[in-house]
Amino acid sequence: MSGTDNFESVVKERRTEAVAEFHEDKTLIKRFQHALHTTPALVPMIVLIVSIILFGLLIGNRFFSAGSLTLILQQVQLVGIVAAAQTLVILTAGIDLSVGAITVLSSVIMGQFVFRYGLPVPLAILCGLGVGGILGSLNGWLVAVMKLPPFIVTLGTWQIILATNFLYSANETIRSQEIQAEAPLLQFFANTFKIGADENGRGGATFTYGVIFMILLVIVLAYALRQTAWGRHVYAVGDDPDAAQLSGVNVRGTLISVYALSGLICAFAGWALIGRIGSVSPTSGAELNIQSITAVVIGGISLFGGRGSIVGALFGALIVGVFSLGLRLLGADAQWTFFFIGVLIIVAVAVDQWIRKVAA
Amino acid sequence: MAVEPILKGRGLVKRYGKVVALDNCDFDLYPGEILAVIGDNGAGKSTLIKAISGAVVPDEGEIFLEGRKVQFTKPTEARAAGIETVYQTLAMSPALSIADNMFMGRELRKPGVLGSVFRQLDRPRMEKFAREKLTELGLMTIQNINQAVETLSGGQRQGVAVARAAAFGSKVIILDEPTAALGVKESRRVLELILDVKSRGIPIILISHNMPHVFEVADRIHVHRLGRRLCVIRPQNHTMSDAVAYMTGARVPDTEFETA
Ligand SMILES: Nc1ncnc2c1ncn2[C@@H]1O[C@H](COP(=O)(O)OP(=O)(O)OP(=O)(O)O)[C@@H](O)[C@H]1O
Ligand SMILES: [Mg+2]
Repeated sequence: MSGTDNFESVVKERRTEAVAEFHEDKTLIKRFQHALHTTPALVPMIVLIVSIILFGLLIGNRFFSAGSLTLILQQVQLVGIVAAAQTLVILTAGIDLSVGAITVLSSVIMGQFVFRYGLPVPLAILCGLGVGGILGSLNGWLVAVMKLPPFIVTLGTWQIILATNFLYSANETIRSQEIQAEAPLLQFFANTFKIGADENGRGGATFTYGVIFMILLVIVLAYALRQTAWGRHVYAVGDDPDAAQLSGVNVRGTLISVYALSGLICAFAGWALIGRIGSVSPTSGAELNIQSITAVVIGGISLFGGRGSIVGALFGALIVGVFSLGLRLLGADAQWTFFFIGVLIIVAVAVDQWIRKVAA
Repeated sequence: MAVEPILKGRGLVKRYGKVVALDNCDFDLYPGEILAVIGDNGAGKSTLIKAISGAVVPDEGEIFLEGRKVQFTKPTEARAAGIETVYQTLAMSPALSIADNMFMGRELRKPGVLGSVFRQLDRPRMEKFAREKLTELGLMTIQNINQAVETLSGGQRQGVAVARAAAFGSKVIILDEPTAALGVKESRRVLELILDVKSRGIPIILISHNMPHVFEVADRIHVHRLGRRLCVIRPQNHTMSDAVAYMTGARVPDTEFETA
């Protein structure tokens, strides 16, 4: 080794010494930023609690009662379920614009297979769930294998699925009474149980099976995302797909599984949709796309992928529900709800950008 | 040479559109040696090791591991065969923790039903292992093995990537510029680690632009030029200026191979 001065040899001996310790900035703001970085659902949780308290103070018992609060849950159940599906896709840095269409088509298939072809109800439901899963897989295949941008893919399948829905159903609605009489299982998610109601079954907290399903779904997905390898892979793919591929993640398989699962969850939402509105209507559920994306964004999940938690999306959906009901009880114009939701979306994205700075 | 190469590449070709990144390239790695690969920017060094590690599939050519022909189409396949790689880009997920990153794609699950039915990760076991490996490397005192990789400095990230490769590599370890972002002290640690791995009998491919480091640790130096192997030299027979002259094309080597 000619020509090099031995400048490196001085560091050869000392092995035990501590290198590169972290001198963490302990100011309150920094700590808060760090807490948000590790627990991204914190912001929507705080916003949710504050808004419940605020509307509770403004409106009083009419709002702050078990009945009203569980009514909010019932009103957000569909958005909550679909937002769970949307969360999975957005975590992979994708987007699913076909969620609303898959939801409606699945509900139409469940209804028509019973009333048009006379299939046994459970079989018709299975068919609806199957179609949802297949349509989701199709999205996944186009994104992961054909390498098309998720936005374009689902923009296309959204139109295709929605058109199929109208063509197939011939725009026909299956009425609630018929379903109740002949296929009550289709309205399964409308079943309720009450806690603390009086003898006439009034007041108290009312939970529909749809609400229970939404909560269980979020719990199961939260577990899968945090505690299983599949969940870690979903985050890794959303974070940096090339790095994930090189470090041994099956990127293609993970993406397809996410879109397929999203489709399946939307099909469940389609079943819950029948419970919610009673009938099977091909024109329902149109607003689920934008509502689910709104819930996800307010829930602190980054549209750039890889960051956020599914519990946040549930909080996001609940925040929208609290604002809708609260403002209605206050007698405000419904447009104020949209106004505030718009503000919340922008604040949420700003907070996301701020949290990312912790890395810099 | 009487010994068979543990890893052998013959006639490797990789084209990116009109760019020929690998042009009929040969490659040999012998058991227990440290082989340095040097060459200009864009010479095709990274492409060569990616072809070996399954990250890119060569258009033509064959690769033999311990005399048997292998065709890796995914990095996981090369990993399963015992070839571990630190890529130039490090290949880490910034938002995930150090432990998550170390075990990406080979996560440990809890024993019993929790693992087999509920697929639950064995976080404590993975964290303990990750902490041990980082301490072994002595590269850093990580306060929290669960901190996100993006909160680490560039050098610390590189340290984690090297630790990951050293921990899991059983047949061959490939390092693509592992000290590029490291400070003097940290580079030293990585060089020590490389010698350490070698003493365990595992051969290493080291890509580096740092000639003093290359000449210090390498047993042989593969000079890469314009997508192919120009020559293989032994550091004791050449100066650093020779090596630089060969790799930049300023001088043509006398022979392709040197005997010790
Ligand atoms: N994914 C890719 N797509 C297109 N061209 C590529 C790709 N990867 C590499 N190349 C091209 O192949 C050639 C060799 O690149 P490679 O990364 O192997 O060089 P290198 O020797 O590792 O250089 P460096 O010292 O800068 O890391 C370059 O001309 C590069 O532009
Ligand atoms: Mg390179």
